[in-house]
Amino acid sequence: MANKTVLFDKHVEAGAKMVDFGGWDMPINYGSQIEEHHIIRKDAGVFDVSHMTVVDVTGDDAQAYLQTLLANDVARLKDIGKALYSGMLKDDGGVIDDLIAYRMDGWFRLVVNCSTREKDLAWMQQQTEGFSVEVTERPEFAMVAVQGPNAREKVAELLGGEQAELIRGLKIFQGKPANDWFIARTGYTGEDGLEIILPNDAAPGFWQQLVDAGVVPCGLGARDTLRLEAGMNLYGSDMDESISPLAAGMGWTIAWEPSDRNFIGRQALEAQKAAGDQPKLVGLVLETRGVLRGHQKVVAEDGSEGEITSGTFSPTLGYSIALARVPKSTGDTANVEIRGKLHPVKVVRPPFVRNGERVYK
Amino acid sequence: MSQIPSDLKYLTSHEWLRVESDGTAFVGITEHAQEAMGDLVFIETPEVGSTVTAGEEAGVVESVKAASDIYAPVSGEVVAINEELEDTPEAVNNDAYGDGWMFQIKMSDPAELESAELLSADQYAEKIAEEE
Repeated sequence: MANKTVLFDKHVEAGAKMVDFGGWDMPINYGSQIEEHHIIRKDAGVFDVSHMTVVDVTGDDAQAYLQTLLANDVARLKDIGKALYSGMLKDDGGVIDDLIAYRMDGWFRLVVNCSTREKDLAWMQQQTEGFSVEVTERPEFAMVAVQGPNAREKVAELLGGEQAELIRGLKIFQGKPANDWFIARTGYTGEDGLEIILPNDAAPGFWQQLVDAGVVPCGLGARDTLRLEAGMNLYGSDMDESISPLAAGMGWTIAWEPSDRNFIGRQALEAQKAAGDQPKLVGLVLETRGVLRGHQKVVAEDGSEGEITSGTFSPTLGYSIALARVPKSTGDTANVEIRGKLHPVKVVRPPFVRNGERVYK
Repeated sequence: MSQIPSDLKYLTSHEWLRVESDGTAFVGITEHAQEAMGDLVFIETPEVGSTVTAGEEAGVVESVKAASDIYAPVSGEVVAINEELEDTPEAVNNDAYGDGWMFQIKMSDPAELESAELLSADQYAEKIAEEE
């Protein structure tokens, strides 16, 4: 029996096509994935992301614990509500999961992936030894992502009052508690928008209010094409426990300073960095017909080989884009093998699209 | 339940075949196939003048989700392709049995129409039901 979010009935009512997603029955689309994609780029849409796991870290040592657990440094979060993106690594540097950490008032809230929930919780629990810290999953919360250029204003108008003021005042990558809700200006689409964590029993009503206000329900299919256009990694496709963050375009999420912060995986990463032998994650663009897909072979100009980790048709650009792990020596062009034939592609630096516009060179 | 017109023939690989009175045969993919694939983004049809063989690959459809081969239901020469699909592949999503036709074959062996590989609408409906 698959897990169902509290919004399951809303999805079925709206005619969603439901699929299994990491053990959860989730909407892949409500009709057309491409139309939903465009809605997010041009106006405002809403995703149910209640399958994601909310974990609160409390206790006197919460900060010290997270400074050991995560490759990025939560000490960088100066104000309440500020968020950062980080990998959670094994001793050998492999990525257990990627997550968002928010600084709260004396504690931290993490949002981790659903497919990795059990191993994440077990690992986090295991690492608490020696710290005065509590790691608590919060399944009583639902989570919705309202994304798109008009998303924030639509939610602000809908909620009104203090919450509207809070939403209009949020900086990028900042969140704030509003009673038992938590509203953050974050997302996984490359557009402005909000991620809202709210009690399960409030979620269906809020969802309906959004829909009544013209915010369009969007499925996880569009979420995937949006995140790929935005050059954002998907755990399990672009990286996993066998991959170093250095080989997954996550170098910027490793806080090397202060040099005495001994986070898990640090030694392995330092050795990898010194050796300079990690492959790199790049963007690929196929401006002619055809679609790049995960696991297709990439052949660099010098004949060395890599692999596409995520590929799709980009609805915004009208052609195919991909993330690929390729040898360090790969230049500005390469070839991808599609059904036995090599197709020339451009090698670019992700993201491909931000705020509705093409951004790669 | 997706629509399965009774006057067409079907392959288990989800192509449909419509034979006109002059012997040309239209080929496309079924309503069920387009639903399963999601939004189509590219359609590679065979070239006009080329020859296709019953049961063999004749083209490829790519959706946001996946690529899938199109098999020829009958053998013969490709006499026309639906050029509209180059710019509007979504026609297949919107009207799989009409505007979404992919190519026309001038059959080289009309006896193939009696082949057990070609399913009636009822047989195809059963086959889909089994899959689900």
